Amino acid sequence: MMNYIFGLFDALMTTRLWSRDAQRDRVVPPTGYTATLTLFSSAVMAFLSVFALTLSISASRLSVYWGDALANSSTLQISARADQMETQVALALQILKTTSGIEAARVISYEEQQKLLEPWFGPAAPLQRLSLPTLIDITEAASGYNVENLRLRLAADVPGAILDDHARWRRPLVQAANTLWAIGLFCALLILSASGAMITLAARASMSANSQVIAVLRMIGAHDSYVAAAFVQRFTFRTLIGSLIGCALAALLLITFTDPTQQAAILTGLGLEGRDWLRLIVIPVLFTVLALLATYAAAHRVLKGLS
Amino acid sequence: MIKFDSASYSYTGSELLSDITLDIASGAFHFVTGPSGSGKTTFLKMCYGELRPNTGAVQIFDQDLGQMTRDDIASMRRKIGVIHQDCQFLDHLNIVDNIALPLSVSQQINPNSETQLKELLAWVGLTNRVNAMPPELSGGERQRVALARAVIMSPDIIIADEPTGNVDWEMSQRLLKLLIELNKMGKTVLLASHDLSLIRLAKSHVQARVLRISDKRIRIAGADL
Repeated sequence: MMNYIFGLFDALMTTRLWSRDAQRDRVVPPTGYTATLTLFSSAVMAFLSVFALTLSISASRLSVYWGDALANSSTLQISARADQMETQVALALQILKTTSGIEAARVISYEEQQKLLEPWFGPAAPLQRLSLPTLIDITEAASGYNVENLRLRLAADVPGAILDDHARWRRPLVQAANTLWAIGLFCALLILSASGAMITLAARASMSANSQVIAVLRMIGAHDSYVAAAFVQRFTFRTLIGSLIGCALAALLLITFTDPTQQAAILTGLGLEGRDWLRLIVIPVLFTVLALLATYAAAHRVLKGLS
Repeated sequence: MIKFDSASYSYTGSELLSDITLDIASGAFHFVTGPSGSGKTTFLKMCYGELRPNTGAVQIFDQDLGQMTRDDIASMRRKIGVIHQDCQFLDHLNIVDNIALPLSVSQQINPNSETQLKELLAWVGLTNRVNAMPPELSGGERQRVALARAVIMSPDIIIADEPTGNVDWEMSQRLLKLLIELNKMGKTVLLASHDLSLIRLAKSHVQARVLRISDKRIRIAGADL
């Protein structure tokens, strides 16, 4: 293991793996089933990685959205007889105004309530005839307020008030989004590991198929690093090309099937936005590094076995 | 240049060569002969470090083969040109690229390499086959390409394992002539062949020593050849 690490470090430092050598680039035959296998598998895996990464990024964004957008607001719902409603609302506003950690409190107007209920009752619903509770929108200060204290004070003075700090339904949503994020990331890692295994197998198969090439190179005095570099360069380049193709196809599919008008919707916000697209560059880079390491390890093992 | 000191080689328990003690001097011409399966190829492979002795020692260029790393052996092979009977090439490269391969491997390609390649192609008589691919070559042409590849690094030793095995008598003579020329330039030549008429022909042109392998041992053949 240490030999392998030192060997790779030495090869990287002495630029054997980086330097372009036209003749060395050609010693491995350019065709063969391993070439197609590497190109195809890296394209497919990169394609899948894009979707796993997109799922992860979207879930992370939703988690932040659900967490941030609703974390600083609460709703106070006041149910009272019509003749007492005004007094109860005024009392509640007074309590809220004197509660530390509350920045603002405002009564949600009739028009706003109508808009909120429109998806359920339609635009022409006669809301005046319904005995609807009054809603007060509370904006918290950054420090937040003591929910239990406020509940006790409201229970004493405004018995019909129900305080909803959104935590009850916000927490599981954020938790679900975080789980989705972790699953997406885990899938991406699994795909990357499977790709590593496939590239290693392809590299080993290629070295077995090209045993004559290796024998000739050894016979004329090629060092192991030369032979390894020839295979590493070939496989790294094929993987880079394959993963770029996979990423490009996946990005095209995402652009085609993601409706930008739905981006703001909470549950349909799966997709990439703005700078998220730049994160896709990570995939071909990771695949290339993976191919370099996997092929070097495979070449190192095969050549060691020849002695 | 190459020294065998009580060297033996066994493969899967059966001994192929036993207790070989021999000194191959610089600039000498040696034939290695013996019946098929007697161990000629095994002996030659030990001469260029492809095989290591199980017991005893082999020294090449004063370096003990047993102490050499894989990379040491690779570096040492740059000073030894090897020609096999079934000359192995990279079939997807043309003959010029195949001949130039040792220069590339040792990073010695320079502006003079093209001239050097042209001279070599002319020397082996393949100027008109520059762009040919190895599978398109005849047996004799393949041997001459292998010879050109073996000498491009100007090695000190040329080892040829049955180079005339697959070619006609005329081509055998031509290849022998090239090897004799190399020997006259000061190169040490080790040539395995079971063709006694070729050996007799060579001995009329160059002072050659004949090593006969039989019963796992090497003996210097006398006038009874």
